[in-house]
Amino acid sequence: MVEASFKPGDRVRVRKAYPLGHVRTPCYIRGRSGVIERLCGTFGNPEELAQQRSGEPKQPLYRVRFLQREVWPDYRGREGDVVEVEIFQHWLEPA
Amino acid sequence: MGGLPAGRVEPTEHDYEEWERRVDALMTLLSGVRGGKKLMTVDELRKNIEALGPEAYDRMSYYERWITSITQTMIQRGVITTDDLARKMEEVGRRG
Amino acid sequence: MSELGRYQPLGYFQLMEVSLRELLVEKGVLTEEAIAATVEDIRSRTPARGARVVARAWTDPAFLQRLLENGTRACEELGLDVPALRLVVVENTPAVHNVIVCTLCSCYPRMLLGIPPDWYKSRNYRSRTVREPRAVLAEFGLRLPDGVQVRVHDSTADMRYLVLPMRPAGTEGWSEQRLAAIVTRDCMIGVALPRAA
Repeated sequence: MVEASFKPGDRVRVRKAYPLGHVRTPCYIRGRSGVIERLCGTFGNPEELAQQRSGEPKQPLYRVRFLQREVWPDYRGREGDVVEVEIFQHWLEPA
Repeated sequence: MGGLPAGRVEPTEHDYEEWERRVDALMTLLSGVRGGKKLMTVDELRKNIEALGPEAYDRMSYYERWITSITQTMIQRGVITTDDLARKMEEVGRRG
Repeated sequence: MSELGRYQPLGYFQLMEVSLRELLVEKGVLTEEAIAATVEDIRSRTPARGARVVARAWTDPAFLQRLLENGTRACEELGLDVPALRLVVVENTPAVHNVIVCTLCSCYPRMLLGIPPDWYKSRNYRSRTVREPRAVLAEFGLRLPDGVQVRVHDSTADMRYLVLPMRPAGTEGWSEQRLAAIVTRDCMIGVALPRAA
């Protein structure tokens, strides 16, 4: 199991990479910065599980909160609206 | 798919057909839930649906995509072979 | 082939379903009984299960806290069988409205609520809810007051989500059963609000 390197409140950025294979980090959030809302736990890596491999070691999975106006340049809702996304640790860097 | 331009959300629902429920049941059992022997992961299900390409969303219904993906996974895993499937589909088709 | 009442040949995908199932049974991977039992189990999973959880949370503040801390364990406390579910419950308040989507596929708390509706799995819902949630909610007839923050939850990995709507006014003194009856599936996805009427 990989150790959790972030905690709630930390600012993080989602890596801006577009690899092949099965990835559960949505394209719209790559390159964006947000705040760790909680550590959900550690889970098998879906990228590896999709390829019939074990998905070990388990990776920390976080819920990350993003301000909508920082995700979508043309966002027309309210200032404080957010989107919260589950992202695996290996897709996150300190912001 | 998040954030791509798209149309109005039509609040459609349908009463699921028996074969669709059976596909759901197959996935539940094959992924090791409800006492099934774990033979695949939901990640493989998703990966094989993604491999169908975006046109699959126009050509195929939800459970059609699922049954295709599950069957593909069983072939990839060697649980069945393509020939097994071909012979069985011919046999079932002949039953009418 | 077009006589009235004549048996219709199976479509390609239905043919595939029958064939795969028979092969797996022949190879001893599955039994017809297990499949039939699982189909019945899926049929028994309806939004009424989630509504029970909401009604209990509305009437029992300590349960509400436990639900927010560990959604799965709280469901199990109520005797609800939810195998493999990792539930996060997000609470609506006067300041916050939550809505759930899975942009990548159609993740949904099936073990609690059953099979998701077609629209939840649709390209349109999955594309637009993260980007313009208020417009999507308006299409469902839900217009939020100005001061309310919208939180969209994209169910991208192992967690599954349930919206805990606010208990409407006019329900004082109602039994849990009566409360549960006004909690619809759409309220627990976040595209509707429960009504006392």
